[in-house]
Amino acid sequence: MTDQTANEMESTSSMAHNGLVISQTNETLPEGVHLPIYMDNHATTPMDPRVLEAMLPYFGKIFGNAASRNHQFGWEAEQAVDLAREQVAKLIGCTPKEIIFTSGATESNNLAIKGIAEMYREKGNHIITQVTEHKAVLDTCKKLEKQGYEVTYLPVETDGLVSVEKLKAAITDKTILVTIMYANNEIGVIQPIAEIGKLCHEKGILFHTDAVQAVGKIPVNVQTDNIDVLSMTAHKIYGPKGVGMLYVRRRNPRVQITEQINGGGHERGMRSGTLNVPGIVGLGKACEIAGDEMVAETARLTELRDYLKAKFENVLDYIHVNGNMDHHLPGNLNMSFVHVEGESLLMGINDIAVSSGSACTSATLEPSYVLKALGLGDDVAHSSIRFGLGRFNNKAEVDYVSDKVITVVQHLREMSPLYEMVKEGIDLSKIEWAAH
Amino acid sequence: MAYSDKVVDHYSNPRNVGQLDKSSDEVGTGLVGAPECGDVMRLQIRVNPETQVIEDAKFKTFGCGSAIASSSLATEWVKGKTIAEAMTISNTDIVKELALPPVKIHCSVLAEDAIRAAIGDWKKKNHVSEEAGVAVAAAH
Repeated sequence: MTDQTANEMESTSSMAHNGLVISQTNETLPEGVHLPIYMDNHATTPMDPRVLEAMLPYFGKIFGNAASRNHQFGWEAEQAVDLAREQVAKLIGCTPKEIIFTSGATESNNLAIKGIAEMYREKGNHIITQVTEHKAVLDTCKKLEKQGYEVTYLPVETDGLVSVEKLKAAITDKTILVTIMYANNEIGVIQPIAEIGKLCHEKGILFHTDAVQAVGKIPVNVQTDNIDVLSMTAHKIYGPKGVGMLYVRRRNPRVQITEQINGGGHERGMRSGTLNVPGIVGLGKACEIAGDEMVAETARLTELRDYLKAKFENVLDYIHVNGNMDHHLPGNLNMSFVHVEGESLLMGINDIAVSSGSACTSATLEPSYVLKALGLGDDVAHSSIRFGLGRFNNKAEVDYVSDKVITVVQHLREMSPLYEMVKEGIDLSKIEWAAH
Repeated sequence: MAYSDKVVDHYSNPRNVGQLDKSSDEVGTGLVGAPECGDVMRLQIRVNPETQVIEDAKFKTFGCGSAIASSSLATEWVKGKTIAEAMTISNTDIVKELALPPVKIHCSVLAEDAIRAAIGDWKKKNHVSEEAGVAVAAAH
């Protein structure tokens, strides 16, 4: 035996050994389940291999600057960007010229809100939003307040929906912008966007929506939804991180935005900077796939989500769903497992990636502001888990996740003094707790 | 967040989960924390009236893994100790033993509070003076 053969055999046997260990682990797992399971698709999504494949050439041979107008390298890049612009436009029902590529939804939200606030400062200084928005909207509004703008943060109802009547009542003659998210990232509720858009158009107010969780998941159409400005990002729809876009309406009404980044006048002057061609190609492809597969995928995810929910409801008591389930994203389930603390629940299911309404891991120790906005007590907010089902989740995983969560919830309730007291008929609200 | 092996061990195999008869004179109960803060601990001790030795301890905790581990450890530590000895257990001992990160120190404080509250409850029931720790329970 030559040394080389021996080495090869050694490496083969060690690989076989590793393979055996892995297959042993998987043998005990049902088919279709590979640990860890990713079920946090509102945070981000894995890239679809088809998206990656579309992007790869633009990291290599096709490297041109889309703004280079006088040679083939530039033309090829520009062509790719043009195609992506069409793919994105098709998904939301606008024209390609109305798409401004950005680095992601945080930038898009900043550009939309600050850009409109600055451009229409003469007309008014009042902005209306809601308390359950993403921080990219809330923090931007807070910044504008420091600059003399007035912002109304509308409350939401206990089901997470904003009241159009309350919104209407909040409008003043100084209102220039309403910004309400399409679908919520924590509780998955879908706001009455078309109705809000209609109201804004009647009043001559611009309407922006952070549609990060909605585009590609549910039908979004800027015409029928009466949307003037819309933010989205690629990485929530199985595309790459670091690229997103802002839709800016060009007619009825023509929306103007003060640019926030200067340097070359790219993207119709609204967003300077060399275009991220591979990222934009990925965004386009991700939009195309999402549009093509939306109907089937919505049905599949809704079924999986309802199955997950039913499994919990069949076994556990003291649980409830957060957010209106009639106006809801297909892949979202936000559930409170009352009398169990969320972080301890996550610890017991550490081979599953989900999110907790408890922010014990953060420095503030504050539970989710979105859940609190629904009127949930801190104790219930601490007990909440967000399941985010996505394109690559299957039924076997849902079974694994639900069984494991049920086991851990039962284990923790055995240990929970609150669960014991409630079972004994003690009213927890009557106890004088020593808050610390 | 990464948990220490000891926290994981107490979380997965908690010691002394359960309850003791709250109405018994030998049992002291400490209920500390609040649901809205995300931590509630109930720690109970059963004390030998003759020797003042803690012969049994039970807990139930609503809280994060570190809170569960802190209270589980507390029951282990108080068992076999006298009331006076148990009073010397401090939260810093718990932090050290479980390698708790700074953001979880409040869990150890709560466990110390729970021990003291349980002892306080037992003393009150048995008319033991807080300062001296002298048993007058034997008198009745």
